[in-house]
Amino acid sequence: MLGMGAGRWEDDMSRLLALLFHQGVLDEHFMQLQQLQDDSSPNFVSEVISIYFRESERLLRNIRTLLADRECTDYRKIGVCLNHLMGSSSSIGANLVRNVCVAFRAASEHCNWAGCLRLLAVLEHEYCYLKNRLHELFQIEQQRVLADRVRYHPVLQ
Amino acid sequence: MSSEQGGAAGELQCESHVLAVDDSSVDRALVAHLLRSSKLRVTTVDSGRRALDLLGMEKNVSMIITDYWMPEMTGLELLKKIKGSSELKGIPVVIMSSENVPNRIRTCLDEGAEDFLLKPLQPSDVSRLCSRVLR
Repeated sequence: MLGMGAGRWEDDMSRLLALLFHQGVLDEHFMQLQQLQDDSSPNFVSEVISIYFRESERLLRNIRTLLADRECTDYRKIGVCLNHLMGSSSSIGANLVRNVCVAFRAASEHCNWAGCLRLLAVLEHEYCYLKNRLHELFQIEQQRVLADRVRYHPVLQ
Repeated sequence: MSSEQGGAAGELQCESHVLAVDDSSVDRALVAHLLRSSKLRVTTVDSGRRALDLLGMEKNVSMIITDYWMPEMTGLELLKKIKGSSELKGIPVVIMSSENVPNRIRTCLDEGAEDFLLKPLQPSDVSRLCSRVLR
């Protein structure tokens, strides 16, 4: 019975990942990121994702501040923030967030304030969804690792 | 700026020192991890200006790998400054970008970049750089 725990968590992880790929939230770059994790850097993925969350939230705050006053909106700075967010999202496989950034950048290049505001709301929504699902993924991974340790504990053999 | 050398202490280490330039913390972490996995000594900085400051002090940089899109100084502008310097022009420069823009790639290669890589970097990209650029 103990040995079945890890398998169940693995199935949950596979199902969640399949859903996120199917929804277009993640792409193959996320798989490539996972492949960089090994015994010498067992927490590499979660460390990189934590950096991504910190950086993204700072950029989103900056963009919201830049859009606060319609008359004084600095679209060039918004473009800089979006390029940054687009690049890091692409690097970790956050496909949907990246795609919203592309559309948002087009709106900012046209100095379309209303369009930018609307796309910021979309971007924040997609980012929150991504963050919640990745947290869920890491929690499942933690449970899987714990279940694995129980399964292979020498006392329980 | 951060600097570390990959590999276990006591082993013979590759002496190649790579300077990685990227304004994204995420991409700096990824590039540094890949390069250190190939036993390279890596220093990361977050801007072209900091890269030039470091190059003024550190004489043993074997290769520079830089993001294209950075505020204040793009990777292309950094490349031009390096290739325009009699002291630095011999250092190979590799440019990376998350966007596949043929004109951009062509311009960078024409300005003297050794290679132009699409992000995210792959282990195979680093292997190729080690054998071709850092031989």
